[in-house]
Amino acid sequence: MSAGTNKIVVTVTDIVEINKLVKRFKFERADRGQLPVFSGGAHTVVEMLDRGVTRLNPYSLMSDPMNQDAYTISVRRDDEGRGGSLFMHQQVKVGDELTISYPVNLFALDLRAKKHLMIAGGIGITPFLAQIKQLSALQGHFELHYSVRNKTVGSYVDELTEIYPRNTHIYYSDHGQLIKLVQLLDGQPLGTHLYICGPKSMIAWVRETAASIGWPREAIHYEEFLAPQSGKPFEVELKQSNKTICVGEHQSLLEAMEAADVDAPYLCRGGACGQCETNVISFDGNFFHRDHWLDDSQKASGKKIMPCVSRFEGKSLVLDR
Amino acid sequence: MSRFQFPKSIISRPLYGVLKPRQGKFHLMIADAEGAEALFDVALADPEIMAKSHIMYFPKNTGQSYIGKLEELGAAQLYIGPSYEASVSRLRKILNDAKVGLQIYLTGTESLIGQGMQEVAAAGIPHTEVQTEHRGSVARRMQCVHCKGITEDVIYDPFVCSHCGLNLFVRDHYSRRHAAFQGVCVDAENPGDIPDPVELYS
Amino acid sequence: MSIQFKKETFRNDYTFRNSQWAIDRFPFPFHEDSYMYSVNMEQHQGGPKGSVFEKRFDVDEHYLSEMEDRAIVLAEDPLRCQSLPHMTLAGWDLLELIMVSKSEDYPDLFELHREGNNWRWVNKPMNIDDQFVFMDETTLPYGPMEYITRQTQGDFAVLDQRDDNLWMDAGMVTTQADWSLDFDIGMNFFEWHAPVPKAHEMGIFVRALKFLLNIQQGSPARRLNWTMTVNPLLDTSPENYHKWGVEKSTLAKENVGEKQHLRVELQTFFRLPRSNALVFPIRCYLIKLEELVTVPKWGRRFHRVIRDLPEELATYKGFINNRPMIVEYLSAFDDGQPTSDGIWPD
Repeated sequence: MSAGTNKIVVTVTDIVEINKLVKRFKFERADRGQLPVFSGGAHTVVEMLDRGVTRLNPYSLMSDPMNQDAYTISVRRDDEGRGGSLFMHQQVKVGDELTISYPVNLFALDLRAKKHLMIAGGIGITPFLAQIKQLSALQGHFELHYSVRNKTVGSYVDELTEIYPRNTHIYYSDHGQLIKLVQLLDGQPLGTHLYICGPKSMIAWVRETAASIGWPREAIHYEEFLAPQSGKPFEVELKQSNKTICVGEHQSLLEAMEAADVDAPYLCRGGACGQCETNVISFDGNFFHRDHWLDDSQKASGKKIMPCVSRFEGKSLVLDR
Repeated sequence: MSRFQFPKSIISRPLYGVLKPRQGKFHLMIADAEGAEALFDVALADPEIMAKSHIMYFPKNTGQSYIGKLEELGAAQLYIGPSYEASVSRLRKILNDAKVGLQIYLTGTESLIGQGMQEVAAAGIPHTEVQTEHRGSVARRMQCVHCKGITEDVIYDPFVCSHCGLNLFVRDHYSRRHAAFQGVCVDAENPGDIPDPVELYS
Repeated sequence: MSIQFKKETFRNDYTFRNSQWAIDRFPFPFHEDSYMYSVNMEQHQGGPKGSVFEKRFDVDEHYLSEMEDRAIVLAEDPLRCQSLPHMTLAGWDLLELIMVSKSEDYPDLFELHREGNNWRWVNKPMNIDDQFVFMDETTLPYGPMEYITRQTQGDFAVLDQRDDNLWMDAGMVTTQADWSLDFDIGMNFFEWHAPVPKAHEMGIFVRALKFLLNIQQGSPARRLNWTMTVNPLLDTSPENYHKWGVEKSTLAKENVGEKQHLRVELQTFFRLPRSNALVFPIRCYLIKLEELVTVPKWGRRFHRVIRDLPEELATYKGFINNRPMIVEYLSAFDDGQPTSDGIWPD
């Protein structure tokens, strides 16, 4: 088996509406056994059977990594997206069974750090919730700067400020409160590691600011999962499998391959891990590369595509898969 | 000329570049012997940088040759020490007080670059972020894999370990943690069969 | 069948031997009549019954004697076991992985009783019955990695994963094929493999690293590697090379079948859950040429592999000087007949 990881069948045992945008889901093993422990920052891929289409969406695990009784995830409703979050919000009920992957960590703590400086925006808080629980158990030194629009959509703000009052700093952007980034990044002791999870613009802002102050690249960690975007349907010839498939408007190329029973590896399904990298044999048309994995010259070469998030428009596309 | 082009070798062997002034609020420059010349080049490329720089310099066998010119660079702080070893606790204090964003420049002998790297990395700066430039002697700092003792300034291969007395050959395998190349017994399989010493890169 | 643990030595008088059972299950590493590097990874999810691939951590008749040899090495040189400070969590992960695996795979030999973090570990062959608190170093006589690897055959490299690379930041290394943990600790995947000839140019390490970085929890992998050793010496360390190197020169026509050993490493790879580190157990199996050639297919094939091995590899594996003698010995067991595919005896 090359695709992804081992799977676990779980039962949804609790759903909590955190605010008007976010719901929290609790999963326990359907066979009542123990779930694997994991490392803070890990995600799980949730399989959803949505009106005949299988979707696999990654969500950060936010529960205590040492807790083997249950996992929790938080899902922010995205009314514009392809429907994965809407499925979770509208279709999933307590008592349902779901299949999830073993935990995979693409946003791990650097345990050498003398201090962990975390910057979160919105729903980007979730991986930090697990990391903070892990660091608390290990007596690790962390400081969280968390920006949300306002109090009513500030997921887990109360919990964080109550349990970690000294380590948590909240910024309400609707009230004009902004992270004083230059000041924050300028005074950190050597050996500090910086972690960012939030909207694309925030990640770019923090990375650029840190670089301008001379922060080492290896001390900066960030996670941004891209959701696949809809686009025009296109046809693809898969040489190894000897199949021609059609990628639907609201389907990713990876999902279309899976629907055709083509063995396609993946881990993050969000353009970050590189696992699904696929060679292009020939093409006549334009690629829409949306991943973080290929560099610009690879994207321009027309020799590779990341089927989890990238698309194609044109006359023909032949892949080595 | 103090520059030497090392031949291509295995991946663990350090590669050295050419120091370039970088952006940053503070700069720590550590040099020995002919490494001073690399600092002159940095100052020439960006004269402003010296006002934000702390230079630690060890003349080794160059005596007074570079001291006057170093003093003229106008560094915020200039320390001229008798040896790198004597300065280690001073360096640790500087790194302990430093903030992320400090830029490091190491230049001179491989031994000095390696040992400076050892301290800087232990303080939490990734080794890939540290600029290095080799100048001067190609002598090596060698660790005896058998007794673990360090022999400094090794210029002949094989050489005698200054601690246990075994005859060791000079490998290119290098440890950043020890800031040393590996020395391995040359006559283990045929005791007493010791090749004539040859000068490194001769 | 319960394992009959042997009392034997891997030094001085070298009383190490394989029983017929151990010969029959030896992991012969050549699936064809020639050898070149490859990223020969496969899933480590069991294997044929009785084979060394069956259990997650194979225990065999050499267990107690290997552990005794390890204790001797560590008493002489404690630097063979080291763990950088950030690797303690990975050490606990490893302790748990081994205790859970061994107690499940060998319930007659090992027991693990857990009540929350209060654990009791029973190792019957080694007469150990310890109670300790999981994640509390003060309740064990050694750090977690050292504690459990003093009770588990094979070397252990514990690798931290950062910056799309693996870093050798902890290990227990006393049965190694001539590399030094003390020297290599802290190096990344390419650096500690730097002395290996040819493989870098072939892109072997780039491909291997890509595979290893993506190993996931619950999906371990494995491969075989090999080298040659004169006498059944487990501790072929660079540290002691000035003592054992001379033994290579004692190989002679009359003793090559008895003294020359094929040394096979069963390398496995497990993702560790709490630390996201990777553990790389390297289990060493030794076999004398005269034991190996009792399997006709292995005798034929090994002759062809050793005879045709590129000079660079024979030099790197340390037997270039002795190769003519070894090939001559093995040639008597090669009748030129074709061999079947795969590693298993016919």
